[in-house]
Amino acid sequence: MLKYTQDHEWLRAEGDEIVVGITAHASEQLGDVVFIELPDVGREVAAGEEIVVIESVKAASDIAAPIAGTITAVNTALSDAPGRVNDDPLAAWFFRIKPTDPAALDGFMDEAAYQALIG
Amino acid sequence: MTDDPRRTPLYDLHRSLGARTVPFAGWDMPVQYPMGVMAEHLHTRAQAGLFDVSHMGQVLVTPRDGRMETAALALERLIPADVLGLAPGRQRYGLFTNDRGGILDDLMFANRGDHFLLVVNAACADRDIAHLQTLAGVQVTPVADRGLLALQGPLAADVLARLVPEAADMRFMDSRVHAWNGVDLWISRSGYTGEDGFEISVPAPELHSFAQALLDQPEVAPIGLGARDSLRLEAGMPLYGHDMDPDVTPAQAALGWSIPKVRRSGGAREGGFPGDDAVLAELSSGPAAIRRGLRPEGRAPIREGVAIFAEAEGGSPIGHVSSGGFGPSVGGPVAMARLPAELPDGATVYAELRGKRVPAAIVPLPFITPSYKRRGA
Repeated sequence: MLKYTQDHEWLRAEGDEIVVGITAHASEQLGDVVFIELPDVGREVAAGEEIVVIESVKAASDIAAPIAGTITAVNTALSDAPGRVNDDPLAAWFFRIKPTDPAALDGFMDEAAYQALIG
Repeated sequence: MTDDPRRTPLYDLHRSLGARTVPFAGWDMPVQYPMGVMAEHLHTRAQAGLFDVSHMGQVLVTPRDGRMETAALALERLIPADVLGLAPGRQRYGLFTNDRGGILDDLMFANRGDHFLLVVNAACADRDIAHLQTLAGVQVTPVADRGLLALQGPLAADVLARLVPEAADMRFMDSRVHAWNGVDLWISRSGYTGEDGFEISVPAPELHSFAQALLDQPEVAPIGLGARDSLRLEAGMPLYGHDMDPDVTPAQAALGWSIPKVRRSGGAREGGFPGDDAVLAELSSGPAAIRRGLRPEGRAPIREGVAIFAEAEGGSPIGHVSSGGFGPSVGGPVAMARLPAELPDGATVYAELRGKRVPAAIVPLPFITPSYKRRGA
């Protein structure tokens, strides 16, 4: 089951890790994505720390780590084909993170709450 | 600017087509349609794109004595171009300069037999009109009752010829009046994309039906300001307020080509425009810095304001990006910046992006090969 952040990220628990991407709503707002810079694997990040640079035809944006933890993998395929974020935002994950706090996902929005947020 | 943004006569059409609109130069304009900026850009280069540019200023300049020479020489007092030598039915590009030789605006001007038609930038239109009204011997008439469309792309001529057969005979920078369903269209074969195409002034009441007739053609898609910007950037065309402004001279903006010999030092109608001494001296000696093309390594766009350095570390900026973004047809980032003229094409400079210096090659403009329908072509 997906959880969502106020910053339009989706979060999916897989084992003791969390996979992070951006929602279709976010990708539509960004427009065509042309460049993505991903964090280094092994990096320890704080919640709210900006760790991904995403550039669309319109502007540069940052994506923050939704939770504190360690980056365990990044989707390097996005570097060569950033348009995948527009084509299929749920498949185009950015990074996997092993949270410092195993209950970290509990406070995030569910699907219904997120849909209410974006109206 | 507390006024509500103005709307072109096509506002409702844009909304019905699903456009996202943004405030631009005091107007509420479509920035993109559901197709998206990238696809709109590529569609224009492959087929034909329709742009609503009704926010741009259209102005008639008519000689009070009925002699076009009077109006031409009056315009030459403000514009360092060969206005007098422009044949009826032809259009040229020009600049308004200020007393320091900076650029107040860029414009197109067309000789329409008994008057000139000027097309100026939306943000500058009021100031340009006031500027023109200082001229003796001419009547200056803002065109308030017409909209402006641009139809751009390799199939633009085929498409327009279905509605206006005479358009097929026009060549690059021709300016003509042709009828469509009894409506007078003011058509020029020109544009701001690097593609063949037309700019078409249409009476406001008929603007919607004419735009719809174009959109009904299978090759035509509506295109927003987002793709208009990336198209003109790839075509190496400067944008007023970004690549040139009142502190940038024609030579620095790499627009010296718009000032012909007849207006330069030793020419028959040398000078006689605001800032002429500074402009002509710099054209002779060459500017210290001039607008150049940049191709950054990698995929990250370098955008307006990014500092450019000569070295990979240390030093002071040698310039700043004046326009930059992703070039969908180039398939990578492209930018323009005023950089030292002595640096050769191919030289590597460094763009500072998020604290890192990204190598970028200085390249000749444009980034794409334009495909204008020139005389004899």
